[in-house]
Amino acid sequence: MTALSVDIRVDFPGFALEVVHGFEGQGLTALFGPSGCGKSTLLRVIAGFETSARGRLAYGDEVWLNGRRGLAPHRRGVGYVFQDTRLFPHLSVRGNLDYADKRAADLPARYGFDDVVDALDLGPLFGRGATTLSGGERQRVAMGRALLSRPRLLLMDEPLAALDTRRKGEILPYIARLPGVFGVPVIYVTHAIEEVTQLADRIVALEAGRVVAAGGVAETLERLDLAGVQGRFEAGAVLAGHVVAQDSDMHLTRVDLGGGLALEVPEIRLPVGEAVRLRVRARDVALALARPAGVSIRNMLEAEVLRVEVEAETAYAEVLLALGGQHLRARVTRAALRDLEVVPGQKLVAMIKAAAFDRQALPRG
Amino acid sequence: MGSAMVAPDLGPLWLTAQLAGMTTLLLLLLGTPLAWWLAQTRARIKPVVEAVTALPLVLPPTVLGFYMLVLFSPTAALGGLWLKVTGTTLTFSFVGLVVASVLYSLPFMVQPLQSAFEAVGRGPLEAAASLRAGPLDAFFSVASPLALRGYLTAVVLTFAHTVGEFGVVLMVGGNIPGQTRVVSIQIYEHVETIDYAAAHTLAAILLVFSFVVLLAVYVLNRRFPIHAGVR
Repeated sequence: MTALSVDIRVDFPGFALEVVHGFEGQGLTALFGPSGCGKSTLLRVIAGFETSARGRLAYGDEVWLNGRRGLAPHRRGVGYVFQDTRLFPHLSVRGNLDYADKRAADLPARYGFDDVVDALDLGPLFGRGATTLSGGERQRVAMGRALLSRPRLLLMDEPLAALDTRRKGEILPYIARLPGVFGVPVIYVTHAIEEVTQLADRIVALEAGRVVAAGGVAETLERLDLAGVQGRFEAGAVLAGHVVAQDSDMHLTRVDLGGGLALEVPEIRLPVGEAVRLRVRARDVALALARPAGVSIRNMLEAEVLRVEVEAETAYAEVLLALGGQHLRARVTRAALRDLEVVPGQKLVAMIKAAAFDRQALPRG
Repeated sequence: MGSAMVAPDLGPLWLTAQLAGMTTLLLLLLGTPLAWWLAQTRARIKPVVEAVTALPLVLPPTVLGFYMLVLFSPTAALGGLWLKVTGTTLTFSFVGLVVASVLYSLPFMVQPLQSAFEAVGRGPLEAAASLRAGPLDAFFSVASPLALRGYLTAVVLTFAHTVGEFGVVLMVGGNIPGQTRVVSIQIYEHVETIDYAAAHTLAAILLVFSFVVLLAVYVLNRRFPIHAGVR
C-alpha cells in the first residue's frame, strides 16, 4: 500500500530532479543510483529540507508539499539518519538520545527508550561525548536517536558510506532489523549494490534525476543492466533461499533455493531455517552444456536459457537463466555462446564458484 | 600636585559600568534576533542591513553623535514624543546615552553572533528539525549552545567597547555628573583642568580593564569547551 506519494520537481543549474513515485508504508525501500543522480536530494525533499522543491508530497491524507508550500520539517514526523550523523557535539550520547525521546514523549509509540537502547547496544556509550565515538558507534547512536523521535517514516542517507568494510559489516545487521523490530518504514539511499541486496525489500532506481526502475529487489536488479545505474561489471541477480545445513569443519553453509536446487556458500552464521538472500554477479557465473567432472567449482545448477542479450561492440553477452522459479544472469563471451550454440529454451548447467558470494548475508524475514 | 595617582572618583566609574551593562543587556536582546536573521536569510536586502549594522565601525563618533543629538532634540519627532510620554528629554540624560550606546556598539554584538551562527550552519538545525524540534526550540537547544563562544565574545566586546566610548557621549550626553559623566569624559575633564594625577588613576584603570577583558576573550576562545557532555 502506498503511504507516501511523491510527485515533485527540483531545479538546479544544469540538473533537474523529477520524481513521481508511491513509496510503501512498510519494509525497507532502497533509493539506488550513481552519485549525482539526485537520490539524496529526493530524501531531503521528503524531509522538507529542500525549500526549492515544488509539486506534491502526501503522507496518507496529510499533505506535506502542495505547489511551493511545504509543511515545516519538524511537523512531518520524519526521522533522518545523516551520512555525517550530525550528533549534537554539545551533548553526551545520552543527551542526544534524550533530546529525541523528550520531544516525542506525547506520541503513541510501539516501543520505548530501553527497547531502542537494547536493540542498538547503546547502553555502554551513554556517558561518552558525541565527538569521542568511532564511526560505527556514531551511526548506531544516530539511528537510535532517529528512532527515539518515534518517526512515521525513517530516511537514511548513505549511513554506511563513511565506514570501512569491517565497520559496515558490524552496522548492517542493526539496519536490517529496523523495519521488522520497530515497524518503521525506511527509505534508504545508497549507491552500493551489496547494501541493496542485503537490506532492501524494494528498489527505486534513479538515474539523472528520474526513476528508471522500481519494484522488488530481484526483478528490478535483473532489469537493471542499465550500465549507468548498476554498472556492467556489477550486473547480477539475487537468489532467495534458506539455510538448510552448516558444515563447521569446512566453514560452508548449504542454502536451499527451492525446486530441488541448493547452493554451497562460504559460512553464513545463521541458524538452520533462516531465510537468506544471495547476490550472484553475472561475471561469476559460467555455463556448460553438461556437468563437467574434476573441477573445483562447487555449485552446478540445472538452468534453462530464457534470453540472450549480446552487447554490441564488446566481446560479451549476457544470458538470463531460469533457475527453478528464480532468475540468474551469466556474463560470458560472445565467442563462447557461438561455440556452445546457446539458444533460448536450452537446458544448461550454470556454475558458480562458492568464493564468488558476497561475504555478508543477512536474515530476511 | 605631581602626577602621582590619587583615589579614583567612583561616580563616573559606577555610571560607566551601569551604562555598559544596560547597553550589553539590551543589545543581547536586540542583536541576537538580528544576527540570527542575518545568518539565516537569503533576502536581497541582507547586504544593506549588514552595511547599516557596520556603520558605527567606520563613522566618526561625532557624526553618529551629531545625528542622534538632532534626532533626540525635543523639537524633533522622536525627542518630542519622548518628552511628551516621559516628561524628560532624551538629550543630556542617561536614557539618551543608553540609546546612543546601543546604536554605537551594535556591530560589536551582531557581528560575532552572526559569524557564530553561520559557523553552526544548517546541519545541526536540520538534525533538530528531524527530531521534532521547532525553529525556536532548535535555536535555544542547539544553535545557541553551539554558538556559546560567539555569545561570550559578543558580550565582552560590547561591554568593553561601550566603556570606551567618548565622542558619542560627549555629543549626546554632555558632561553632567551622575547623569552622563562617564569615565572617558571624566578623564577629559581632568586633563582640561590639568589634574593629571586624577586622570592617571582613571586612565590606568581603563587600560588594565581593557587588557584583562581582551585577554579573557582570547583565552576563552582557545580553551572554552564547546564539545561538552564528556565526563
